[in-house]
Amino acid sequence: MRDGATGPTLTVVLAIGILVACGVTLLLERSLTRILLGVIMLGNGVNLLILLSGRPGAPPVVGTAPTDAMSGALAQALVLTAIVITFGLTAFLLAVSYRSWYLTGDDEVPDDLEDRQVRRRAERDELVPADLGGEGPDGDPEQVDPEPPRRPPEQDGDR
Amino acid sequence: MLVLLILHLLAALVAPLLVRWWGPRACYALALAPAAAFGWALARTPAVRDGGAVVETYPWVGQLGMALALRLTTLSWLMTLLVGGVGALVLVYSARYFGPGSLGLARFAAVLVAFAGAMLGLVLADDLLLLYVCWELTTIFSYLLIGHSTERRSSRWAAAQALTVTTLGGLAMLVGFVMLGEHAGSYRWSVIAAGPLPDGAYLGTAVVLILVGALAKSAVLPFNTWLPVAMAAPTPVSAYLHAAAMVKAGVYLVGLLAPVLAAVGPWRPVVLVAGLATLLVGGWAALRQTDLKLLLAYGTVSQLGLLMAVTGVGTPDAALAAAAMLLAHALFKAALFLVVGIIDHRTGTRDLTELSGLGRAAPLLATVAVLAAASMAGLPPLVGFVAKEAVLAAFTDRPLALAVLVAGTALTVAYSARFVWGAFATRPGVPTTDVGRVALPMLAPPALLAAAGLVAGPAASGLDGLFHPYAELFGGVGAHLALWHGLTPALGYSALAVAGGALLFALRGPLAPVLARVRAPVNGNQGYEWVIGHFDRLAADVTAVTQRGSLPQYLGVILLALVAVPGGAMLLARPWATDVALWYTPLQPVVLLVITVAAVLAVNARRRLTAMLLVGTTGYGTAMLFVLYGAPDLALTQFLVETATIAIFVLVLRRLPDRFSARPLRRSRWARRAIGVAAGVVTAGLALVAADARRAPPISDAFPELAVTEGYGRNVVNVTLVDIRAWDTMGELSVLVVAATGVASLIFERSRTGPRPRRPEPAGQPTRPDRPVWLRGGASLQERRRSLVLEVITRLLFHTVVLFSLFLLFSGHNAPGGGFSGGLVASLALVVRYLAGGRYELAEAAPVSAGTVLGAGLAVSVGSGVIALAAGGSVLQSAKIDLALPLIGEFYLVTSLFFDIGVYLVVVGLMLDILRSLGTQVDRHIEAAGRPGGGLAVDHEGERR
Repeated sequence: MRDGATGPTLTVVLAIGILVACGVTLLLERSLTRILLGVIMLGNGVNLLILLSGRPGAPPVVGTAPTDAMSGALAQALVLTAIVITFGLTAFLLAVSYRSWYLTGDDEVPDDLEDRQVRRRAERDELVPADLGGEGPDGDPEQVDPEPPRRPPEQDGDR
Repeated sequence: MLVLLILHLLAALVAPLLVRWWGPRACYALALAPAAAFGWALARTPAVRDGGAVVETYPWVGQLGMALALRLTTLSWLMTLLVGGVGALVLVYSARYFGPGSLGLARFAAVLVAFAGAMLGLVLADDLLLLYVCWELTTIFSYLLIGHSTERRSSRWAAAQALTVTTLGGLAMLVGFVMLGEHAGSYRWSVIAAGPLPDGAYLGTAVVLILVGALAKSAVLPFNTWLPVAMAAPTPVSAYLHAAAMVKAGVYLVGLLAPVLAAVGPWRPVVLVAGLATLLVGGWAALRQTDLKLLLAYGTVSQLGLLMAVTGVGTPDAALAAAAMLLAHALFKAALFLVVGIIDHRTGTRDLTELSGLGRAAPLLATVAVLAAASMAGLPPLVGFVAKEAVLAAFTDRPLALAVLVAGTALTVAYSARFVWGAFATRPGVPTTDVGRVALPMLAPPALLAAAGLVAGPAASGLDGLFHPYAELFGGVGAHLALWHGLTPALGYSALAVAGGALLFALRGPLAPVLARVRAPVNGNQGYEWVIGHFDRLAADVTAVTQRGSLPQYLGVILLALVAVPGGAMLLARPWATDVALWYTPLQPVVLLVITVAAVLAVNARRRLTAMLLVGTTGYGTAMLFVLYGAPDLALTQFLVETATIAIFVLVLRRLPDRFSARPLRRSRWARRAIGVAAGVVTAGLALVAADARRAPPISDAFPELAVTEGYGRNVVNVTLVDIRAWDTMGELSVLVVAATGVASLIFERSRTGPRPRRPEPAGQPTRPDRPVWLRGGASLQERRRSLVLEVITRLLFHTVVLFSLFLLFSGHNAPGGGFSGGLVASLALVVRYLAGGRYELAEAAPVSAGTVLGAGLAVSVGSGVIALAAGGSVLQSAKIDLALPLIGEFYLVTSLFFDIGVYLVVVGLMLDILRSLGTQVDRHIEAAGRPGGGLAVDHEGERR
């Protein structure tokens, strides 16, 4: 069936859908290893999606096939870049999950502690005291402190 | 004019240095900058007196239609004199106000001079955007100056309040400016004023927005609260910013725009109501104060209200009075603040209940204060009297406003008297305050200002001619400034006000309870606090709702947006493809089946290694799809990357637990799966739609020809990477270097540089350098893990594989291959070498540091790009070099090969870094964990002796 050169190829479309679906499911987990595997699968799916923007055909090497029978080269160059970047990202995430295991004993992503504190504070409707400014020492909001840069008269060198 | 601004900038820049050299005396030198502005403006007097304008224009941000357009007219001339003159005097005063070694003096001096420059720019700007920039600069400098005592909370609070209120006003003003400027097509005020104005609500909105900015800056109701709080600033700052200069910016802006905009609907009501209300509220509050500085601050609020009303009302007579009032207020209020500073400085208090007998102890100081206060109260023959007469005369046809003015003036008289009485009277029962001798540099500035007020009164007819050009912008001027107009109604109102003020002062004892009780129901400062507190609460609530801190939730929201928005659009538009081919070759469905099974199993896998291998299978399947699609380069890279990924995964998995921990999110499993399936369906739908959406011929149709003619290569994909779209690749290389650095820094506690790992020499066994070790696995691998066969085969094949990788690199320009695949092959050779022989074997195979390889790779790629530039081409342009060598014959070299060599090196460096981190260093962690007492602290073996 070599008649599909103009429209999209359904098998590739299905592969994209399956890779993205499985990748996203893993991505929503809490284990960093699973998240990483999800990223890899998702990446492969998206790479195929990008590849789909160029037409299929003969390998784009000049001289081996007529130019108009070649597959789209631009999409392939983009995907090639993406593959290698995914590899760099994989290595980085692996290092992160190792580090996480090294420090906490597992590679789970916990909820952010700071965010949880903010949430608790909002529920209790309280503010950090430093958020509100202070009044002058005598409690009258219209009065201000005496200012500090003041010299006692005897230190004046003019006398 | 630009020279003056640059002079201020330079002075501000050298100020810290001068202060370090000369201490507070540096302020004398710095005073020269504002003094120069004063002198310059004085020299331009003849040009301005005739109603002319001095204009300078320099192009600046052309795209915004923004120019450094400076324009000196009567009003800005007056402001320049005030800003320059008072600025210079305040700096002279500061030289003695601050003791040697005062904390933060360097910053203070620099910021004060910079403020003077920004203020000068503000009053000289003709371009409204430039005016806005200077406006906000003065706000920021005022923030820094109010918060001078950074260690005091009240000081920081005051600074933040001033910043918040004035910036908020400033932003509203900017919107107003943009509305005016966009309508006129220019931001030059002289152009906008000359052109037709927009009509109706548009103009009204713009005017209100601009007025909000002006009122906020000048501390007029309802924005009056920040000014008294800002008295936390050192007194020179209060005298300059909060009396003479910055708070006048709002009045100046109103005065600048009034000739054109005063007739616009909301202008007069807003300006008059806000201004006159402020006049009364401020004056009333001033009568209550016991702190002399706060008394003056509330007096300033009151006077600013008056100035706002007089400047904004927009009649010729009022304009003339406003100019006189502007001058008079700056002279007397700055002088009074400086006097308070001297009292505070010499006695340690500003509280009028603690001061006594100061008039007798410091008669000269008292004379200065009385002169200035009399001008404030509007007593003849001072300039304050002249200005007040003009004001009252200008309002005779508005009885209501006139009544408020008379009442406000009476309050002014009362608090002026209170000030003099409070500061200098002798109180029974209070010990006499000692001041000692006041240093001349501190006394001279207020004395000069007060004397100027005394001279300007009788010389009012001279001022009249100078201010007339400004008043004439509003129409024919009937009024004249003079000390004596004869027995006019204004004189009567004036006498009434003085008598009322005197009565108020005389009744201060009986009135005290009333004064304490009658005050605004909600104190402004509390209102500000209330607003800020609620903003904080709102921010906390919003943060609590949006920022849950859970990664799956964040990702879920993003993915749901992906499903809902493009998916919804797709359902609505239904741009389905019409001719969908089932497959391109019959092999594709087979591969699809493999991918499907592996992917679904991977999602459900319980063991890490199983999951990894299954995901790897989907990767190989993807590579097969690449092959079948006609993309051999992609397939080659994908195969290699998938293998390398599995290898480094295994390196980490030896440390992680065998199985995944039990999923804590069991109940959300189906939600996750639903999101996954939905995302998959939408993405597949997008693929269908996108693939069918092409209407124009693809740009890559031209690539094969370009590759041959411009890139001198036949492999179109490779030429695209190293030539046509080389910038992409350059960016990618940077990403790889960053990723490698990130990996290393996550694993190494210390520097990864240093000696490469060498086997620790066993004690007592001398090494034999004459017999090199061929296989080094024995030192680092346990016997049961060691495979001698693998080690030997690896050792034998290593060089062949490296040679093959070089072949891929060099042939990649014309056949599938290239820097990426070559580098990956070489990397895999290193991986195998490490897996077979351990870390010493790796060090033997690649005796260079990963950082060096990465750096060299990046340098080679960038260098090859730059060389093209040096040769006259564009960056990363390829050139073909024909060569002939004996034995080999003729061949050619394309310069982009060097770029590809860089790619190769970066990929190898990346893998080397990964192996050093996730391999070698993790080995050490494992060994350290196994060593008794070793814990997780790991030594660098190379450092061991």
